[in-house]
Amino acid sequence: MYSVNYHRAASVADAAKLLKNGDAKLLSGGMTLIPAMKTRLAAPSDLVDVSRLKELQGVKVSGKTVTIGAATTHYDVSADEKLKKACPALAHMASLIGDPAVRYKGTIGGSIANNDPAADYPAALLALGATIITNKREIAADKFFKGLFETALKEGEIVTAVSFTAPAKAAYEKFRNPASRYAIVGVFVAKGKDGVRAAVTGAGEDGVFRSKEVEAALAKSFDASALNGLKVPAKGLMSDIHASADYRANLIAVMAKRAAAAANA
Amino acid sequence: MGIEGVGARVARKEDKRFITGGGRYVDDMVVPGMKHAVFVRSPHAHAQIKKIDVKKAQAMPGVIGVLTGKELKADGIGNLICGWMIHSKDGSPMKMGAWSPLAVDKVRYVGDAVVIVVAETKGQARDAAEAVEITYKELKAVVDATKAIQAGAPQIHAESDNNLIFDWEIGDGKATDAAIKSAAHVTRMKIVNNRLVPNAMEPRAALGHYDKAEDHYTCWTTSQNPHVARLVMSAFYNVAPENKLRVIAPDVGGGFGSKIYIYPEEIVCLWASKKTGVPVKWVADRTESFLSDAHGRDHVSTVEMAFDKDNRITGLKVDTIANLGAYMSLFSSCVPTYLYATLLSGQYNIPAIHANVRTVYTNTAPVDAYRGAGRPEATYLLERTMETAARELGVSPAELRRRNFITSFPHQTPVIMNYDAGDYNASLDAAMKAADYAGFTRRKADAAKRGKLRGIGMSCYIEACGIAPSAAVGSLGAGVGLWESAEVRVNAVGTIEVLTGSHSHGQGHETTFAQVVNQRFGVPLDSVSIVHGDTDKVQMGMGTYGSRSGAVGLSALSKALDKVEAKAKKIAAHLLEADEGDIVIENGEVKVAGTDKSLPWFQVALAAYTAHNLPAGMEPGLKETAFYDPANFTFPAGCYISEVEIDPETGVTDIIQFVAADDFGNIINPMIVEGQVHGGIAQGIGQALLEGAHYDGSGQLLTASYMDYTMPRAGDLPSFKVSTSNTPCPSNPLGIKGCGEAGAIGSPPAIINAITDALGVPDIAMPASPSTVWSAIRAKKH
Repeated sequence: MYSVNYHRAASVADAAKLLKNGDAKLLSGGMTLIPAMKTRLAAPSDLVDVSRLKELQGVKVSGKTVTIGAATTHYDVSADEKLKKACPALAHMASLIGDPAVRYKGTIGGSIANNDPAADYPAALLALGATIITNKREIAADKFFKGLFETALKEGEIVTAVSFTAPAKAAYEKFRNPASRYAIVGVFVAKGKDGVRAAVTGAGEDGVFRSKEVEAALAKSFDASALNGLKVPAKGLMSDIHASADYRANLIAVMAKRAAAAANA
Repeated sequence: MGIEGVGARVARKEDKRFITGGGRYVDDMVVPGMKHAVFVRSPHAHAQIKKIDVKKAQAMPGVIGVLTGKELKADGIGNLICGWMIHSKDGSPMKMGAWSPLAVDKVRYVGDAVVIVVAETKGQARDAAEAVEITYKELKAVVDATKAIQAGAPQIHAESDNNLIFDWEIGDGKATDAAIKSAAHVTRMKIVNNRLVPNAMEPRAALGHYDKAEDHYTCWTTSQNPHVARLVMSAFYNVAPENKLRVIAPDVGGGFGSKIYIYPEEIVCLWASKKTGVPVKWVADRTESFLSDAHGRDHVSTVEMAFDKDNRITGLKVDTIANLGAYMSLFSSCVPTYLYATLLSGQYNIPAIHANVRTVYTNTAPVDAYRGAGRPEATYLLERTMETAARELGVSPAELRRRNFITSFPHQTPVIMNYDAGDYNASLDAAMKAADYAGFTRRKADAAKRGKLRGIGMSCYIEACGIAPSAAVGSLGAGVGLWESAEVRVNAVGTIEVLTGSHSHGQGHETTFAQVVNQRFGVPLDSVSIVHGDTDKVQMGMGTYGSRSGAVGLSALSKALDKVEAKAKKIAAHLLEADEGDIVIENGEVKVAGTDKSLPWFQVALAAYTAHNLPAGMEPGLKETAFYDPANFTFPAGCYISEVEIDPETGVTDIIQFVAADDFGNIINPMIVEGQVHGGIAQGIGQALLEGAHYDGSGQLLTASYMDYTMPRAGDLPSFKVSTSNTPCPSNPLGIKGCGEAGAIGSPPAIINAITDALGVPDIAMPASPSTVWSAIRAKKH
């Protein structure tokens, strides 16, 4: 790791100010940024730590509306009793991220701002039709996730929370990379007020995406059997030493079916 | 067997310090004035070094020295050696290219060390390493051995045309060809043994300290054989004469073969210490380990196995291409030859065998011995072929094996080995019973109802351990003898220190060696200390690899104990006024048999040192040394059975059960032996299902971290059912065969035989990852 200036922000406004220092980066759980710095792949001049800001913490459920502070850890999301009632699929998904150490440090805001193509949250938020709230505006998930490690966030913009309407039914199934345990394919299916949405992580060349094929089949009937024999095209899917595009296409269909079954269980 | 003697399940003495963080590894060593080194390594697989500019780096904060290969050569430091000479079948010696500890003109793999930077802190050394400017001219690279020997492939070393190091053969080609020609059936296969990265828990490290006042060097290093390291560094690398070089291998966190070899880094750290005037420590990071530790396996073979009409094997013909990487590592040449082809008879009566082996340079990390070293490759080839033959012949895999088992001993194979003892039917029976082999058909049908594919596979392995008679390996080209030494020092109060040339890097020697002493004299384990890993303490030894600490190291200890026992009995007979032949040593007492006359053990020891009343002419003291040179290899063998269930939707393989029935000869500590078997099976399952080193076409290692290289996790493995049915080894005093590598040798074919059985396909590549299995299912459908 190169030397770096560390700042602990006193508020979101303070963090926004501190971010103007040199080549500053926002630090939340640091589960991606710190390893990248240790291996010298990232070299920010300054770190602005927002992980302890009270205003960014916690899960709120009000009627059907769920709001999660950006610095809420995966563990806190997974263990939140209100969320387990309102949207058990998301709590369960959070319990599947990384390992216990990652879940105690990593945060939802950090995960979506980083938008790793194999991260879990982007699939969930896209399928839930969530809104990403920043210190400047609100952005629909459909507009937020742009590509590999790319989001709609502008320079100096800070994610403060995410919000969504709890779906009637939802579930997440992931197939892990045998080495890294990241998703090779993760599929989040949800049946909500705007119909059926199904988002796929780990597989797309451009990062998280909605699967038209899965959505069309589940829109007819939100049931695992609706996905029998479903063919997902391999075009646009990643190929690497762990999985070919064809294999990923197969896994999207299989994981979608398992998710649909779990959503109805 | 006492409660602490031979055969007792004694908890490991060393574990207290290991599991409480009290181990002392190379990185824990601190010498006053010590500084830190970072190596600048080649980012290219194959390139000429046009220019190295260190000026900017030298001016960086905290930098003490930035040294290159040119300076190293100017100081007369030698090239790395290969310790086993192999001659090609045309009689020519192997064609070995030079391996300079720091590359001078050319780099040959990604990770090749080029420059060492020494600085006050590791961070400063890293910063300066980034400032070293090296101009390369990139050359075309080749990573696949089968491509590297084709005409027109990039030439890696000037010495070896088409990158061929040697073209070697063993056995009777004519007789084998004749057997194949007249066979009732021939099974033919192409067998690929995947490349693995050893991944010891502790990365390699070295601390070199040159003491100017004494003109003396000390090297702390992560070595499995510090004495061999000292010998080689003195005799070939011109670092220092042996009397001026002390090598210490303290606690070492796993080796699996990868820490046998003397690597560039320890030589360079010693040299750099003299050059810079400060002690120099280097500790590899994990990606450095992936890039520069010697890798394992990487064979591509074709095999033909001939059968007569009664399904008896009449001949075996093997053609193997072995990838040795960019340089010949210390024992790289013997792994695909004498540690591989000599085991091709397996557990079977095979009248004619011929094997041809070509070893090849590629632009990849050097390949050398890795847990099993040649024997896993032989076993995989043979047991995959046996399984395939059984399917082709329409007989059960067990029956085909039984029909061909060697049942009388000694047995001379056509490929050098003389098997001394074994009972292959016993281990096959034990494994089949433990696996409820008979119930498999029902279990397969049950699985099918759930949409799952079940398969069962077996593997009957043999290996040669405890290598080996020094004269025999010498005649085959080895540069060293393979004996072991032990010194037993009985203190005046009866406590005992054992100095051994074996080296423990996880094997539990502090416990097992003490158990052997306890068995002999009844001295409590707590009163027996094992000293190893320091050339200033132990005079000479050959170290630990090839499952040799028990068979060879403990045999040396046993011989030294014989001498101590003989002298102790003389002293006791004198003190007790009895006949020497009537003295027995039991439970810590020295007695006159058939009487109530006895002395506690410590009094005999005390008498040896007070020397007030010793037999006439006897020297004081009670300390003996022995060297043991084995009379033969030892031949552990066994049968492994695995049962798998595959999810056809995802290709995920679940290991339902894994059974190991081994014959290790006599056992000192069953718990430690089981631990060795568990670890070996985990590594074997790793090879079969999870692990694989992948280079891309340009020679970049794609699996250079745990993000991409799949190490076995506890959740990937079932609870193993292990048992032993032992035939004692007749050639060594304790009847030990060795158990360290069996698990890694026997398990890969058992897994792949089960998977191919489940899928109904002739073969599948290792590692049989979910993606690979799914692709095989899809290919079969189409």
